[in-house]
Amino acid sequence: MENTDTIIDISNVTMRFNLAEQKTDTIKEYLVKLATGKLHFNEFFALRDVSFQIKRGEAVALIGKNGSGKSTLLKLVAGVLYPTMGSVTVNGSIAPLIELGAGFDPELTARENIYMNGAILGHNRAFMDRHFEQIVEFSELRDFIDVPLKNYSSGMVARLGFSLATIVKADILIVDEVLAVGDFRFREKCHRKIAELLEGGTTLLFVSHSAEQVKTLCPKAVWLDHGQMMAFGDTEEVFCLYENAYRG
Amino acid sequence: MKLPKNFLQIRRFCQYKPLLIELVSRDLKVKYRRSFLGYLWSLLNPLLMMTIMTVVFSYMFRFKIPNYPLYLICGQTLWSFFNESTTMAMSSVIVNGPLIRKVYIPKYIFPVSRVLSSFVTMSFSLAAILIVMLVTRVPLTWKLLLVPIPLVFLLLFCTGVGMALSALAVHFRDILHLYSVVVMAWMYLTPIFYPISALPEKVAFFIKFNPIYHYITFFREVVLYGTLPSAACWLGCAGYSVLALLVGALVFRKLQRNFILYL
Repeated sequence: MENTDTIIDISNVTMRFNLAEQKTDTIKEYLVKLATGKLHFNEFFALRDVSFQIKRGEAVALIGKNGSGKSTLLKLVAGVLYPTMGSVTVNGSIAPLIELGAGFDPELTARENIYMNGAILGHNRAFMDRHFEQIVEFSELRDFIDVPLKNYSSGMVARLGFSLATIVKADILIVDEVLAVGDFRFREKCHRKIAELLEGGTTLLFVSHSAEQVKTLCPKAVWLDHGQMMAFGDTEEVFCLYENAYRG
Repeated sequence: MKLPKNFLQIRRFCQYKPLLIELVSRDLKVKYRRSFLGYLWSLLNPLLMMTIMTVVFSYMFRFKIPNYPLYLICGQTLWSFFNESTTMAMSSVIVNGPLIRKVYIPKYIFPVSRVLSSFVTMSFSLAAILIVMLVTRVPLTWKLLLVPIPLVFLLLFCTGVGMALSALAVHFRDILHLYSVVVMAWMYLTPIFYPISALPEKVAFFIKFNPIYHYITFFREVVLYGTLPSAACWLGCAGYSVLALLVGALVFRKLQRNFILYL
């Protein structure tokens, strides 16, 4: 039964952003808009009534054009955003690779940042002590471990971020086009790591514009267009529909 | 349906305790990084401030306060803790905006960690007060054991204020600019460098509604005068702490869902 239970349940999710409201920064602006009734004016639907379920151990890709709601959906699953309507239920721990090194502090050294970021992901110090060596090993940054992160190049930061996020075995891995960073060899290494995690039963939610990447990693795919779910199912079939739609 | 959700929140609360510790220790590490004297500044700063203020105020105003340096440093230490902690907590959510947009973290952790790190810094400054006590030969009584009480009450008060401010500042950035003015007015309305007896009776009556007045009074009673604070003082301290915490938590809770839209 372990393999068939639903780990991510997205049901009738609608995400509405209020563009006008977002721009209200000052009390004066707020009052003016309130008085003129423009407060709830420019509504924008990032997602409309999207529903699907992901079972434990599945690898699912999200495809679609820029601005079709992919990242919004990832953020909903990660718990960063709350849906306007509907519900998102996640039964497991999440390792978000939405933007690598999101929690890094440039003033701290890599060593300090590893502990810091581990804590952001909800791990205690003892746990991080046990995994510290693995993280350093995987990132290949041993020589720079006591250097403040502000002196790192962006590729080095990405290495550290990836090593951190994947070393801990989370139930769900959320990957949003982070693999475009780092040198070729390290990218390869990341792919191998993700494949390895998948074999270990981790669920993957993957966003990428590279059809090749998606097809090798994910047997299933969701196609989003203007916030609406156009198709959900076998990757090859979804890609067929997707490519036909933009060709014709 | 309501109960499991609350239970889940409590579990999450515990899960993020290591993060709270990390954030506090980061604040402390970053604060004095690259300065020669490091943490010694937490001791030196209040002493130097006290010296200057003692010179300035004892020449300008000539208040009849026995042991003026100790009177001053008691008020000054507590006040600067309140000032520093709430000011830093206020911008904590905004500063950590990039993080909040990317990873799920319970957001209360930012104002709370800021207030806690100021609290730790202030605890170092207590050594400065002890030095002044020894130099001015103030008798050390058992009442000094009560010192943590006003400090913890003040910590709770600052946490509440900090939470409310940080949530409001996300929605209305003007607060960031307004608050420094409010704090300055508030400081002059707090008997830090003058005795409350120096004020006309009517004004003195209003000062008693100033929460900080109660914390400072409590602190001075046990440190400076070696007496037990009155029941009214206990009540004032506890009451304002609970009130601030309650209001702060409610405001924060209500506003936090939409933080991400404004960051």
